[in-house]
Amino acid sequence: MKTAFVSTVVVASALSMTAAQAETLRLLTWGGYAPEEVIAMFEAETGHTVEVTTSNNEEMIAKLRATNGGGFDLAQPSQDRITSAQEEFGIYKPIDMSRVTADQFIPSMLSATAANTTFEGEVFGLPHVWGTSGLVVNTAMAGDVQDYVDLCDAALAGKVSYRLKRPTLIGFAYSMGLDPFAAYGDTAAYQDILDQVEAKLTECKPNVKTYWDGGDEIKNLLRSGEVVASMAWDTGGWQLNADNPDITFVAPEAGALGWIDTFVLPARGRADDAAYDWINFVMRPDVAAMITNTAGNFTAAVGGDAGVSADLKARYQGSFDQAAIDNIKWYPPVPAGLEALEGATLDRINAAN
Amino acid sequence: MSSDASRLGFYLLLAPILLWLVVLIILPHVGLFVVSISEKIGPREYEIGMGNYAAFFQEPLFWRTFARTAIMSILATALTLILGFPIAYYIAKLTQGRTKTTLFLMCMIPFWVSELVRTFGWMILLRETGVISNGLQALGLVSGPVEFLYNDAAIMVGLVYTSILFMVVPLVTTLDSLDNSLIEAGYDLGGSSTAVMREIVIPHAMPGIVSGCIVVFMLSLGNYLTPILLGGKDSLWFTGMIYTQFITRFNWELGSAFGFLLLILSSLVVFLGLKLSGQSLSETMGRS
Amino acid sequence: MLPAPPDLICRDITKHFDAFRAVDHVNFEVPQGSFFSILGPSGCGKTTLLRMIAGFQEPTSGDLLIKGKSVIGVPPNRRPVSMVFQHLALFPTMNIGDNVGFGLRQRGVARAEIRRRVDDVLDRVGLPGVSARRVDQLSGGQKQRVAIARCMVLEPDVLLLDEPLGALDQKLREHMKVELKSLQAAFNTTFVYITHDQSEALVMSDNVAVMNKGQFEQIGPPQEVYHRPATAFVAGFVGDANTFEAKVTAVNGSMLTLATQTGAQMNVSAPQSGFDTGQRVDVFLRPEAIELVASDMAAQNGDNISPGTVTSVLFNGANSALTVRDTATGAMINVALPQTGAFAGIGTGDTVYTRWDPTKARCYAAPGVK
Repeated sequence: MKTAFVSTVVVASALSMTAAQAETLRLLTWGGYAPEEVIAMFEAETGHTVEVTTSNNEEMIAKLRATNGGGFDLAQPSQDRITSAQEEFGIYKPIDMSRVTADQFIPSMLSATAANTTFEGEVFGLPHVWGTSGLVVNTAMAGDVQDYVDLCDAALAGKVSYRLKRPTLIGFAYSMGLDPFAAYGDTAAYQDILDQVEAKLTECKPNVKTYWDGGDEIKNLLRSGEVVASMAWDTGGWQLNADNPDITFVAPEAGALGWIDTFVLPARGRADDAAYDWINFVMRPDVAAMITNTAGNFTAAVGGDAGVSADLKARYQGSFDQAAIDNIKWYPPVPAGLEALEGATLDRINAAN
Repeated sequence: MSSDASRLGFYLLLAPILLWLVVLIILPHVGLFVVSISEKIGPREYEIGMGNYAAFFQEPLFWRTFARTAIMSILATALTLILGFPIAYYIAKLTQGRTKTTLFLMCMIPFWVSELVRTFGWMILLRETGVISNGLQALGLVSGPVEFLYNDAAIMVGLVYTSILFMVVPLVTTLDSLDNSLIEAGYDLGGSSTAVMREIVIPHAMPGIVSGCIVVFMLSLGNYLTPILLGGKDSLWFTGMIYTQFITRFNWELGSAFGFLLLILSSLVVFLGLKLSGQSLSETMGRS
Repeated sequence: MLPAPPDLICRDITKHFDAFRAVDHVNFEVPQGSFFSILGPSGCGKTTLLRMIAGFQEPTSGDLLIKGKSVIGVPPNRRPVSMVFQHLALFPTMNIGDNVGFGLRQRGVARAEIRRRVDDVLDRVGLPGVSARRVDQLSGGQKQRVAIARCMVLEPDVLLLDEPLGALDQKLREHMKVELKSLQAAFNTTFVYITHDQSEALVMSDNVAVMNKGQFEQIGPPQEVYHRPATAFVAGFVGDANTFEAKVTAVNGSMLTLATQTGAQMNVSAPQSGFDTGQRVDVFLRPEAIELVASDMAAQNGDNISPGTVTSVLFNGANSALTVRDTATGAMINVALPQTGAFAGIGTGDTVYTRWDPTKARCYAAPGVK
């Protein structure tokens, strides 16, 4: 069975070697977004080969900035981080919508992403995977945690973890009754919000065991019971729930923070054909379901949830009722320069004792 | 004719070193410096100025982090020396032949795996649900789980562990070259163990001590993984700050300035250390 | 009032390293102010013996007394002995003054007093004003004297010297022998000197102990050890000697008649021990005990005369020698060749007669056979 499959791939790729359009796609993406089996199917079908580099938002931008948008043919940053990076560094090129099978995308998400990633009249991003940040809680030990600020409850001293990154600032701001997204356009108002959040997070610091950095790290801390409540990604909570029913993702009262990871074309990418082929391939409902099953997050593909495992759907529905879905705070594009303010705030929190 | 040929040979031999120096050392630093003196005034707009350097001295957070990193590194260096000297003395003076080789190899074994794996090893030992905590509970010495991770002491343990080999190797080399009869002469002339150590062994080992200390200090100062992984929420480290500026803040200009300051300030610390110990760099590097 | 005890007494000292016995029941005494040498080939145990006296090794059994007091269990830094090491072991990180003053500093002597005594002792070894110099600025002989000064400044009861002349060149070594002896006389300190060089031992010592395989074969003044070696080993190790393996063919009082394996007859006086006819013996004969005779006539007169041919002339100034092949037996013997005598001009191929006095040869029972 397996050998038959492999030899099909070999034959298919051998045949396609002669084809003029066979290219190498250098993909800069998140862990789980390009499963082995999907790559094998894609290579068999199109003749392209795929080289995957996994990364995160900041590193994607840093890598592309270092090469002025070269070295990769397709990248997947979150939609809110695209226009500012394009404005600062000019590392992307616009999407040619005529080469995208648009009807594979959920129309509302396609248009929302297009609106958020438009810079100087051109669209730079297509939606792919979406998810939320919220609370991952061990309900047996910290059942009272319903919102971000609940992490600062003295009862949880030393048992809490979150990232020292911008989502934490945003989440806490909402939980404190502030509206950071509304203040995006007003630097002074935003700085005021940051100052209040800084005070809260500094006060909250004794509660923190450690600031987590990678998804595996926080899962490990929760699984061992060293951390009982955290701010983290929804998928992490659902994966832990499979092993330990006490641990699950909780949509915070102030609202989960919704992110959409996109497809963008690096400015000096060489394999645009392969990049568009990949986009159109992974947005097919069957392939989208495969990606959801490995990454744990849903995609912007029409009918992409049909093939998703029942367990995952059940966990998703357990965490999100309709009100919680309506309450998701979707990241608007970050104006250039805001990140510097946030950085200074994060540094001060890190240095506080 | 022949002198021309030998001169050509000399330049051919020199070429790889020059190439290495220029391409891998000098050029990147020149680039770093150029980036560090550009100030951002708007998107894709820069002008030349020393603002990034001024930012380091104006923002207490930055220079305090540097001071903390330097002080912790000096402490780690001192601890490494205190731990490494007896080990090196034992290997160099009290063992011979196969035992010596075996002990020396055992010091190196941890370095056959990557720094990341070594650091994770310490995390497994020190974490709240880790080996030491569980062991203490099993022995009944503590009533509940104890967290050893995520504090400065854990950083110190990691730094010392990571760098002890680089202290032991130069020390073993210099102590090996100390004639045993000098030690015996010290005792024979009425010296106590302390006096022999202080007046004979340590002065002889001084070049090894200094070169070991320089290497360990630089390694600690430039360490990134250990403070981040073992230090937890209070783990401010200057290299981490440089990484943050480059990667998460997209502020290459400030990051470059930090990089240059790290180079200058650490050289200054080493220079002061050499002056205080009365050693010269050429002597230290030449003899050990 | 009792006479002062000897400075150093070793009683039945034994040292084992696992199964190997490095020092085997050694007994000796060294009187105050004398120069005592221990002479032996490398590996004979002399260094181990010296290190036990210094305190770097503890004897397996036996007792060591310095000035009448046992020093067993006393660490080296508390023993009233000092040692001059083979390679001198001057501290390269200190200048000469600090080297010499090291021991005094350990005793907590006041700084000014240390300076005075260091200058004084450097004066006595003939090196005034070198205090501030570095060790590597001195010549070999000067370092030698500094090493001795560094010990003597502590006024030890016994000074131990571990072949300190080994690293010097020939000329300097000859010079230092004389100098060491005169320094010893000047300080009037007991010296215990170990060496494998017989000439060093013979020139400097009041008493020489010849050591072999962990045991003392003989202790005595140099002349006695040289002229009346107690054992075959001593006879062979101290000085040059021609050796013959022979069998006793007749015993006439103290006079033995021997036959060598090559058939030569010789007469040897052996008053000290009773040999029996038929016993196998080793005969040792010093080159300088053999007389050269030119004519057949003169050769008729005396014992142990045989004709021979000069096969080589080994010219070495006052130590020149000849190799002579015995005409009858073909045996080779070495004969001293005084450069003042009638044979100064002798050459290879000349015919000579050799003659020696029966009392000059030494005769020992061959090993393993009685």
